Amino acid sequence: MNIQDYEFKAKLQGKSITDIPEDLFIPPDALTIILEEFEGPLDLLLYLIKKQNIDIVDIPIFPITEQYIEYINMMEKMQFELASDYLVMASTLTEIKSRMLIPTDDEDEEEDDPRADLIKRLLEYQKYKNLSEEIDEIPRVNRDTYIVSGIMTHFKHTQKMPTIEIEELEKAFQEVLKRAEIFASHNIETEQLSVRERMSMILDTLNSKDMLSFIDCFNFREGRMGVIVTFLAILELVKESLIDIIQNDNFSMIYLQSKTTKE
Amino acid sequence: MNKTIKQIIESALFSSNEPLSMQQLISLFDSERPTKNQIKDLIEELNQDYSDRSFEIINVASGYRVQVKEGYEEWISKLSAQSSNRYSKAFLETLVIIAYRQPVTRGDIEEIRGITVNPNIIRNLIEHEWIKVVGHKESPGKPELLATTKKFLDYFNLKSLSELPEVKEVENL
Repeated sequence: MNIQDYEFKAKLQGKSITDIPEDLFIPPDALTIILEEFEGPLDLLLYLIKKQNIDIVDIPIFPITEQYIEYINMMEKMQFELASDYLVMASTLTEIKSRMLIPTDDEDEEEDDPRADLIKRLLEYQKYKNLSEEIDEIPRVNRDTYIVSGIMTHFKHTQKMPTIEIEELEKAFQEVLKRAEIFASHNIETEQLSVRERMSMILDTLNSKDMLSFIDCFNFREGRMGVIVTFLAILELVKESLIDIIQNDNFSMIYLQSKTTKE
Repeated sequence: MNKTIKQIIESALFSSNEPLSMQQLISLFDSERPTKNQIKDLIEELNQDYSDRSFEIINVASGYRVQVKEGYEEWISKLSAQSSNRYSKAFLETLVIIAYRQPVTRGDIEEIRGITVNPNIIRNLIEHEWIKVVGHKESPGKPELLATTKKFLDYFNLKSLSELPEVKEVENL
């Protein structure tokens, strides 16, 4: 691909320019570089500056600005989706360019170089660019090193009971309740575990222990129906003021406490 | 046969998929708990035992883990065809800015890079658990403050952020 193949639509001093200005430095490999590779306008600017081998503190803002705008035009021609950030930089460059054209009064001699801020940003960006290359060199897992893990045989695994949040319980309960309504007549007949029976069991446990954690009340082997029955039993016990339910903090463990032992 | 503390530590490290902290290693023992220094010495001894082996125990941010020594990637990489180990420049630059300037907002990252932060990169970093939201800045829009995690350090074989490459101020290009 050759740069001459491109028709430029840049405008300079109101005239549209279709030829490449002779003083415009565009490296011959410019277009073969994938323009998409640039990590934003600062990256593109750094590239343009480095190609020229110039001192960053003395950027020749005129050619650089022109080159930058040419690149943007090229990108547009090649139908890259141009990020607005590129256009912002173009306007920043043009602004610096125009401010440099304005003759400075003697009084304003102390005025900052209009390029100073841009140079600062470029150096700052280059700093992180360097660091990102350095961090890429650090040995990392699954590229330079691999984690060792032996497989254990005959390992007796003591399985922990899953902890159940009260919200989850409630949700499951609501769901089943809905279904139960549909088959209400059947369920009542066939239900093995009665709520009342469970209420007694819980009270009995509370007689020997002062406190019982909410989760410990459930025997998960009984399945969903058993859980519902237990849940209903707890609600019923509270309703009848037989037990207290305690929770110290939000989302902490919920405990059942018997009323009688407290007194 | 009685198992030595050294053997028990070795077995625990080999069996674990995650790094084990010093506290976890100490808690392996019910009575006659070894001290931190004893454990450190034993790990050192184990590494000496492994001097002519292909693996070693190393200390990363989350604790100790066994890993393959450097220099075997040429062969091991043949086992996995995926090239998930290469990250884009944008990804690495964003990560580096978060690591060195944390806690930072997306705005801070955009200012340094001069281009809008790709939300996919941030999402990807959070999914990797390399970064997390540590709070919100008291400024309009309450932007999220991003910081790196221990997992990030683990991945890069580091114990702390201070082990990251030193910042070199750039004065010229």
